[in-house]
Amino acid sequence: MARYLVQRLLLALGVIVFVSALTFALTEATVDPALAVAGEGATEEAIQQIRRQYGFDRPLVERYLGWLGGIASGDLGESYRMRRPVADIIGEHLPVTLKLGFLSLAFAILVAIPLGVLAAVRQNTWIDRFALSVSVIGQALPNFLFALLLIIVFGVNLRWLPISGSGTWQHFVMPTIALGYYAMPALMRLTRSGMIEALEADYVRTALAKGLSPGTVVFRHALQNAILPVVSLGAVQFGFMLGGSVIIEVVFGLNGLGYLARESIRRADLPVVQSIVLLISFFYVVLILLADVLNGLLDPRIRSTGA
Amino acid sequence: MNDATATAAPAPAAPESPTAATLHRMRRHKGFMIGAGILAVMVLVGLLAPLLAPHDPYLQSLAKRRIPPIWHAWFYGSPRATTLHLLGTDQLGRDYLSRMLYGARISLAIGLSTALISAVIGTALGMLAGYFRGHVDAVVSFLISARLCVPLILVALTVVALVGSSLMTLILVLGLLLWDRFAVITRTATMQLANADFVLASRAAGSSWLRILASEIFPNLANAWIVVLTLEMANAIVIEAALSFLGLGVQAPLPSWGLMLAEGRNDMFFNPWIIAIPGAALFALVLAINLLGDGLRDVTAPEGRGGALA
Repeated sequence: MARYLVQRLLLALGVIVFVSALTFALTEATVDPALAVAGEGATEEAIQQIRRQYGFDRPLVERYLGWLGGIASGDLGESYRMRRPVADIIGEHLPVTLKLGFLSLAFAILVAIPLGVLAAVRQNTWIDRFALSVSVIGQALPNFLFALLLIIVFGVNLRWLPISGSGTWQHFVMPTIALGYYAMPALMRLTRSGMIEALEADYVRTALAKGLSPGTVVFRHALQNAILPVVSLGAVQFGFMLGGSVIIEVVFGLNGLGYLARESIRRADLPVVQSIVLLISFFYVVLILLADVLNGLLDPRIRSTGA
Repeated sequence: MNDATATAAPAPAAPESPTAATLHRMRRHKGFMIGAGILAVMVLVGLLAPLLAPHDPYLQSLAKRRIPPIWHAWFYGSPRATTLHLLGTDQLGRDYLSRMLYGARISLAIGLSTALISAVIGTALGMLAGYFRGHVDAVVSFLISARLCVPLILVALTVVALVGSSLMTLILVLGLLLWDRFAVITRTATMQLANADFVLASRAAGSSWLRILASEIFPNLANAWIVVLTLEMANAIVIEAALSFLGLGVQAPLPSWGLMLAEGRNDMFFNPWIIAIPGAALFALVLAINLLGDGLRDVTAPEGRGGALA
């Protein structure tokens, strides 16, 4: 198990370094950072001075290593646009996105698991069909479109919920539904197929044969076994939602990490963009690692093959 | 194969060819037929857009802005709605129906070209990893892990914004980002097939590895491959719409459905139809491709069914 863990950690570290190098090279190679700092209408002289002052005249590899070294000591650089440390700016925007991510994951799980269990227990009935239709529609409805529909119905026509901002809990209701609905179909399908498999297993038949109530068998025996892959998938989906929240944040005017990313991308504020991409990749890596280790701990077959 | 042989031969006495059997299953699969039907209409509409469009999709007219669609004349008695503009006009007075028809071209072109680019990348990587294993596999697996950790929308947004958005950039960027699923499925399938008897026989007969991969292994994983192709096509169409919606995808005045949604956003409180029309089209197209993909999976692998409309 220790060897498996070390292997996984090294791989995760390698992935992070690789992705950060790629992001850095891609952004620095396409934009002249000195121009971005100087802003429009700057003189050639001013641009040259900025180039020296910020060290943009150094080779790309050297600047990348400097950036990486800074990150290791918690320094993410300074925003071109706001002239403040990137770490502070991200610190201000991260809580909104994390809150939205957690709420959306909770919403997705709270809908997906009961619906998946019901669909499996009542296989091929109208409930099963309803659950599958919900998931097929969920997969075909782009989340920004769903967000617009929610705004029209609940924000404008019914006037139940505020359509923009992040002041109160009501502001999070529609963003949570719009973002969570996107993660729900996969979780629901996995719960359903896991439950169908578990309900056909011998231990379920034994439990029923020894006289346990069907409710106990479904929730205490079958669900406990079916839910493990769902939890791992939930962890990975959480990562996807942090990365995908940019659209939802823009639609609902939530001032989180995604909103910050979009504004920074528009103004070529490279240090902020690079840090956000790196941060979200880091979240992904950690979440996927957690999901892997969880699976490895619970299922010895995965550890031994090392797949 | 014609209908008569397929439907009138339930008896085991008349064995159907595998192709006929698959076609027969396709015709009986409701989800597949609905998906294929909608998609066929969309493709036709996209191809024939110049013939079908009643007006120039770029022609602006200040006097004819925001004419509601024709059903506003039927149900709400709107005096402005006219058969001249069946789906009304947008904020700049451009004919909405014509823009919708040309928009189908953009969505389909982006979906198909992106999926093909990522299919080539992913399939090459996956098959090499699955066939040679060892170091090749280690490198490919690393690339897959790295790709999975890249926040797709953010990176696509960044690159498109920095390089400058055009249809070509968009297709290339998405093509370079969406190959992971192809790599994963072809890698696993190639591993399983690499030691099959027919592969060993071909190798013993002196075939090169390239020939083995192309003519022995690929045909055997083509079914799963096509399902992934539909999935990624739908994926690319949604991402294009999302990027265009954020203002960093297809650029005005091109009539992308995502861009039309963005342009209609400020108007949607007063004229909900202005986003309902492109929204419905986008939903129908993605739904159709997903149904087609689900149906193909069910039809080609009958043991693993489970589509909503099966």
